[in-house]
Amino acid sequence: MKRRDFLKATLGGTAATLCTTAEARPNLEPAPEAVGMLFDSTLCVGCKACVSICKELNDMPPVTDNEQQIWDSARDLSGETLNVIKVYKDGDAKTKDAEINGYCFEKRSCMHCVDPGCVSVCPCTAMRQHKVTGIVTHHADVCIGCRNCMVGCPYNVPQFEYNELFGQIQKCQMCNQAGLERVDKGQMTGCAEVCPTGATLFGPRKALLQEAKHRMQLKPGEIYNYPRGDVSKPYSHHEKEVPAYRDHIWGEKEAGGTSVMHISSVPFDKLGMPAVGDRSAASVAETVQHSIYSFMALPAVALAGLTYVVRRNTDDDNDGGES
Amino acid sequence: MVGIEIDYSEVEKRLGVSRRTFLKFCTGVAASLGLSTHAAVAMANAVADPKRRPPVIWLHGQECTGPTEALLRSEQPSMEHLILDLISLDYHQTLDAGAGHQVEDIKKKSMLENKGKYLLVIEGAIPIKDNGIYCKIAGETMLDLTHEAAANAAAIVAYGSCASWGGVQSASPNPTGATGAPQVLKDKTVVTIPGCPPNPANFIGTVLYFVTYGKLPPIDDKGRPKWAYGRLIHENCYRRPHFDAGRFANEFGDEGHQKGYCLYKLGCKGPETYNNCPSLEYNNVGGGVWPVGVGHPCFGCSEGGVGFEKPMFSLADVKTHTPPNMFPAIETREASGTMTAGAAALAGVAVGAAIGATAMGAKKLDEKEGKQE
Amino acid sequence: MSSHKAIGGRLFTAPFMVLLVIFLIGCFFMFQRFTSGIGSVSNLNGGFAWGIWVVYDVVIGTAFACGGYALAFMVYVFNKGQYHPLVRPAVLASLLGYAMGGFGAFFDMGRFWQFYEIFLPGNWNFNSVMLEVGLCVAAYIIVLTLEFAPALLERLGMHGLLKALNKVLFLFIALGVLLPTMHQSSLGSLLIAMGHKVHPLWQTLHMQPLLALLTALTMGFSIVIFEASTSAVGFGRHSESGLLSKMGKVIVGLLLTFLLIRLVVLMLQGKLGLIFAADFASLMFLLEMVLFVIPLVILLSSERRSRGGQLLIAAVSMLLAGSLYRFNAFLFTFNPGLGYSYFPSVSEIMITLSIIALELMAYLILVKTLPVLHREEHA
Repeated sequence: MKRRDFLKATLGGTAATLCTTAEARPNLEPAPEAVGMLFDSTLCVGCKACVSICKELNDMPPVTDNEQQIWDSARDLSGETLNVIKVYKDGDAKTKDAEINGYCFEKRSCMHCVDPGCVSVCPCTAMRQHKVTGIVTHHADVCIGCRNCMVGCPYNVPQFEYNELFGQIQKCQMCNQAGLERVDKGQMTGCAEVCPTGATLFGPRKALLQEAKHRMQLKPGEIYNYPRGDVSKPYSHHEKEVPAYRDHIWGEKEAGGTSVMHISSVPFDKLGMPAVGDRSAASVAETVQHSIYSFMALPAVALAGLTYVVRRNTDDDNDGGES
Repeated sequence: MVGIEIDYSEVEKRLGVSRRTFLKFCTGVAASLGLSTHAAVAMANAVADPKRRPPVIWLHGQECTGPTEALLRSEQPSMEHLILDLISLDYHQTLDAGAGHQVEDIKKKSMLENKGKYLLVIEGAIPIKDNGIYCKIAGETMLDLTHEAAANAAAIVAYGSCASWGGVQSASPNPTGATGAPQVLKDKTVVTIPGCPPNPANFIGTVLYFVTYGKLPPIDDKGRPKWAYGRLIHENCYRRPHFDAGRFANEFGDEGHQKGYCLYKLGCKGPETYNNCPSLEYNNVGGGVWPVGVGHPCFGCSEGGVGFEKPMFSLADVKTHTPPNMFPAIETREASGTMTAGAAALAGVAVGAAIGATAMGAKKLDEKEGKQE
Repeated sequence: MSSHKAIGGRLFTAPFMVLLVIFLIGCFFMFQRFTSGIGSVSNLNGGFAWGIWVVYDVVIGTAFACGGYALAFMVYVFNKGQYHPLVRPAVLASLLGYAMGGFGAFFDMGRFWQFYEIFLPGNWNFNSVMLEVGLCVAAYIIVLTLEFAPALLERLGMHGLLKALNKVLFLFIALGVLLPTMHQSSLGSLLIAMGHKVHPLWQTLHMQPLLALLTALTMGFSIVIFEASTSAVGFGRHSESGLLSKMGKVIVGLLLTFLLIRLVVLMLQGKLGLIFAADFASLMFLLEMVLFVIPLVILLSSERRSRGGQLLIAAVSMLLAGSLYRFNAFLFTFNPGLGYSYFPSVSEIMITLSIIALELMAYLILVKTLPVLHREEHA
């Protein structure tokens, strides 16, 4: 009877813990000096200079295997494309930045999440988030290619090189990977530097968020002096009429927030942004995982109990447990 | 098919050019119109036939006479002869030998005699405020003169930005109400040849087409001949690869500027201006002689709403028409892992086999148990 | 004398040859994978990074391999010694299932030559569910090998080693109960981090590990019934329905618990309406429910429960239900975003079938050459 009670207690305790939502791991907070980017879709003219420079800086080949055989016309992020400009079209698509019968451009690249799913799920620490800059980098030298990062990324950013036998994960690393290190050297990301309209801005996440909030408060039609390059030290400005922004800064809070934020005049669900809430899925997964396995305490207790029971049962046979 | 033999000696005498130059000219115009050598021959025919010279009434409103001057400044020495002998210029304030009421009378007489047959060219804007008193010629307002001349014209050409949409006069606040001819002559078809000044070849080509075929070339919704104004400057600009690669001049004289990089960041309005400047260039000296080619951003002189309205150095809207298919849509992906018939069949067979085997096994088990009892 | 005996008989039977052909065809594609890359033999893409190799070969395949786990509970925790004869074949099937699952995982790895990186403590990310799954499955394969070793040692006549092993076997049996509990539940937890991509009807967040574990256990018992039934039919042995019908009762209990928790969770999360949305997901959910309810209906009836044919149908339906539960969550109703689609290619399917074929061939060979099945007294 002792054994049965012990067993019941162990199993019951395990089940109870599995059901608990206590001691939840909240979303991670952004690092105080985190850097990021701000993409303003209303400023983007679709020149794709950012796509070109990204290929150049990251040594990526052009993608031409499309139906029309057009030079370097990537369709989406892939093992060869870390940054791509996509178009939203509706109706006759005549008016820029109009949701109805309009068009606008959307930049797709790593969002450098504040609470990155890819970093949380990677078993080998092949995905890492820098403590100071918040930049999420990948490290092929320890990666096993399980591609958990791909399924764990709400934006489907990390892309595996399926067509290479010895492939690896590829994604934007804010031009700060080993060998390039632009941010470390005090430079900005290539896309922000080359953008002619300042649609892509680089800088401290805090300053970018401030800039985005400022733009939300401007009146449509007002003339604003838009900065280019690094929001904290722009290398030039240009004047433009403020459009009617949607009052929504994507990445301020979504799934824990991102360091690469977007603003636009078209709703984000139409621009391909995922239907995520404010809680990062990674934080829930870690909550569950740690509730069960914290310090391996529960498993240790369970093992002790099981060993006791099994030993008792197998001692009843002659050889101590013929299997 | 050419109907009559072209009498080149007659043409050479009348126009003062060699047969070679004449045919080169016709072929060149046909080419820039996007037409074949067949058209060139037809044009040569039209020019050679002295009977087919339409009379032209040329009005000037609020303007600087730039378009006319551009026409006259053509490099080929005999151009002015060619143009002026192509048509019968019955009234032109700059070129007429006479002046005053005499000339005005000739105009009215020509319009009456050639009713329905003359070509009306309008250069300059037409002020409409306060009944048009801000531009008067020989005591009559430009507005009235325009209506009068347009009434019986066979075709109307607005030559220059001013006549096409108002030009510099119409810049805010537009105190005189300067307007383009199409807006004044609402019920008429007006061909517009905008530019400040326009490339004279655009005018010559359109007129020659008219003279040859008796009708106007295809025009867009603003009256512009599509052969010249169908594309954005941005689409044919030789600096476009720099734009696409993100190589820009940031300031006049900087390294990028010296290297001939794209002038978009300096306010080039090429991306929202329709014209053929990058192809034909200006002044017939070749070698990149047009605003962008000499290092200054285009300011959209031929585009209403852009030229004289948008600040010179503010960024242009990039009107690549509606986005071309070269931009992937939001939902476009790289590889697609779609189902093939073979794969579906294989999966179906595998699952079916498993289920079938189970059914068979169950039956056999029942039989076996039946026997075991 | 050992209570187990190799059943002998011809190795190259017709079914074996069919399996061999399937295996060899698959080998061709496997070779291609290791010379031209994953892209040349599969339809995996940016949105669907996990296809049938992960979802079937690893996730479902290891759930199918929970026979040893289920029986370990019955025999060694709850001391139901009467099931002892079923243990060795179940352990063999588990060993082969997990070994093939491990191979499938290795095969699917993009950087397979660096597979050892997950075993280096310096690399471990303790936040990762995948880490726990990987280490735990690897450890369990070792445990299963040791649990199965007595059969091999018996055959080789190494009685000294056998006796030594049997003395410490209890520890490995205990591990053999703990480890699958850990990783089978964690295979469910893998879904949590996928967030919105998993359809709401399957994204139960905090409940993922428990629901996965319950289905894994039921699938474990079901596979035992399946193995015993196919052995009876395939090798001309006695039907074990008498023994198996009591196991049927356990399955009913687990199944009712699972269904109750599943529906209550969906209700609390406000998702019940989705079941009747009449879209693809709702149809798959209903199909899954039907497959869960069939065994319930069969096994609740004591008359049906005692018939081998019915037990087999119930077991297979349960296995299909558990598989569909995983297929639906990870793949069929998985939605990474606009524009992505996935269906395995022919070569991809052939590789999976080939791995299954290999497993079945190995089982056949080992059951005929090693003392795995219990000695039968022929009537």
